[in-house]
Amino acid sequence: MEYSVLILLLPFLSFIALGLLGTKLKPVVAGSIGTAVLGICALLAYATAATYFSMPRMDGVREAITLFTVEWLRFTDTLSIELGILLDPISVMMLVVITTVSLMVHIYSLGYMHGERGFQRYYSFLSLFTFSMLGLVVATNIFQMYIFWELVGVSSYLLIGFYYTKPEAVAASKKAFIVTRFADLGFLIGILILSYYTNTFSFDVLNAGDASLFSKAAGTTFMGCSVMSWAMALIFMGGAGKSAMFPLHIWLPDAMEGPTPVSALIHAATMVVAGVYLVARLFPVYSMETPEVLVLIAVVGAFTALYAAVVACVQTDIKRVLAFSTISQIGFMMVSLGVSGMGGHEGLGYMASMFHLFTHAMFKALLFLCAGAIIHAVHSNEMSHMGGLRKYMPVTHVTFLIACLAIAGIPPFSGFFSKDEILAATFEFSPVLGVVMSFIAGLTAFYMFRLYYNIFWGEESRHEHTPHEAPKSMTMPLVFLAAVTVVAGFIPFGHFVSSDGTAYTIHLNWAVAGASVVVAVVAIAIATALYRKKSPVPDRMAAAMPGLHHAAFRRFYMDELYLFITKRIIFNCVSRPIAWFDRHVIDGFFNGLAYLSQRASYAVRVIQSGQVQQYAYVILLGTVVIAALVLWLL
Amino acid sequence: MEIHMEYYLVISTIMFFAGIYGFITRRNLLAILISIELILNSVDMNFVVFNRYLFPEQMEGLFFSLFAIGISACETAVAIAIIINIYRNIRNIQAKNLNQLKD
Repeated sequence: MEYSVLILLLPFLSFIALGLLGTKLKPVVAGSIGTAVLGICALLAYATAATYFSMPRMDGVREAITLFTVEWLRFTDTLSIELGILLDPISVMMLVVITTVSLMVHIYSLGYMHGERGFQRYYSFLSLFTFSMLGLVVATNIFQMYIFWELVGVSSYLLIGFYYTKPEAVAASKKAFIVTRFADLGFLIGILILSYYTNTFSFDVLNAGDASLFSKAAGTTFMGCSVMSWAMALIFMGGAGKSAMFPLHIWLPDAMEGPTPVSALIHAATMVVAGVYLVARLFPVYSMETPEVLVLIAVVGAFTALYAAVVACVQTDIKRVLAFSTISQIGFMMVSLGVSGMGGHEGLGYMASMFHLFTHAMFKALLFLCAGAIIHAVHSNEMSHMGGLRKYMPVTHVTFLIACLAIAGIPPFSGFFSKDEILAATFEFSPVLGVVMSFIAGLTAFYMFRLYYNIFWGEESRHEHTPHEAPKSMTMPLVFLAAVTVVAGFIPFGHFVSSDGTAYTIHLNWAVAGASVVVAVVAIAIATALYRKKSPVPDRMAAAMPGLHHAAFRRFYMDELYLFITKRIIFNCVSRPIAWFDRHVIDGFFNGLAYLSQRASYAVRVIQSGQVQQYAYVILLGTVVIAALVLWLL
Repeated sequence: MEIHMEYYLVISTIMFFAGIYGFITRRNLLAILISIELILNSVDMNFVVFNRYLFPEQMEGLFFSLFAIGISACETAVAIAIIINIYRNIRNIQAKNLNQLKD
């Protein structure tokens, strides 16, 4: 399986090539190179997955393989940073997800970005992102993960700000970078604490289940919690930033300013689940050493899922709805990890989370790509400018409907299976949480079908020109992803991925499954009644609770709260005095020094007149003085 | 009447300090050049006088002064060339105006 290295290297080379030669290549050539490279990567990833999953289990457990590792940085005899490739069930699964979605996005972009300025730049950034994301999932140690973690942050920043002439896009890219970077600060501190106490970065060692490794950290307490809990909570903070968990979610809705395929790839399918992946990667540590942090993760995830689902119900921008839906679904995955235990049936939540990650990547990428096709057709993001599109865009309509059914959890689409496992795991952990999550699942179905009916049904709005179906390069990925969405639910996922690597057979919990289907159907029925034809009821409902509606529309004033905290409190109370001190005391001291030496040199420069006669005069005087001295003294 | 060595030395000292005075006080480049020539000539005279009175059987002082005269002629030629160029450029040979290289 040594060829797996190529999966990483090829996108990197493609990034270098397209980045350096970009402007010299024709856009079509650049796009084809990027797409072809990704195609090869995808094939290699499938081959890797086939080889890995067909290997015999060791004692019933799928073992992790470290393909190769290079020492990159050595601090002390015991602590060094390595770079390498680690293959285990979740990293192989992620390889497949990333290369598949990325390939689809590459193909789709050939049509969507056609004729855009900076087409080559776009493809080189896509390659950079794919490279970084792949490097992130195959990291052998937490520090390598951190390096690639920052790299995906950079490529996300570059791609959100792709339309750099648009002020909103520039602001959004900055916001995304700063918010995630702030969260990554927590991540870094967490890594440092963890490695300080355990003397290792390696996932192999950390996940080996050796409790003595953590005894030093667990024994030390800081502000009432063990240092171990702090470290793991801080690491989760990094994950929460990337995965847009409340309250660090504010960057994701704005990130929709980027090109739509980018939203599909980065902000729906791959990068935003990096946080989930991080928790899953360190899951044995979370589960064995710090179960209280897992509870925190579950609570944060559940709250985020609820919050984002409520906000998604009232947004009018199609991509914003999808963004909040993504936040909500990632909340589901976090909850699922949070309620999970290790091994066997206890590990159901872990398996469900990874399963949902897989299916969600497919159908959410599909939703975004459909949204791209719709935006391509009507040149607007606003739902009110759409309506009645089903006649004009049959392929987009059907694939969008499939994705909506999947995310709503209607059998036999993939979302049903994964979401059902999550709900089952949640009910086993706590019935209250289970009910809450079921309610959120209902909300999901409701807002997705609100979106669906507003776009494809309802009143036809005036279009500048008749909307038309997207070109082949755009519909092909849609059909492919729709096909995956239909069949992915039947994959015996537990045989591939489970918390302890043993085979786990998924049994549908019929009580939970039935209940969740009923909830979804009821929610869809409500959405149908409200939005299929134009009806005054939604407006009247909004008017009945103006406070709630407006608050939800403004995303519960989270952005305003952030602005208040940063601008009013931090700027005025912290930054301004520091800036004053810097400007007046520190700069003042050195400016004063410079002023003094300048004045002194002005005083002295008269001597350096450059007039030889003056020098000669001084020499003469000096000679006379010396002569006089010699005469007197001798 | 015998001419004593001191007479020569007094003359050369007067010439030397007249040269120094002129070098320091004159503002015209040509005057400065003339002052330098005065200084050089006073020194040449000293060489010849010391050679003549103190070591009459030797010739070093005479030859040395011949060399010095030759070199000072070259130096004058170069200096005149520079002064002519300066004059062509700034139409002026006052030393206080020559500050283009300073800043």
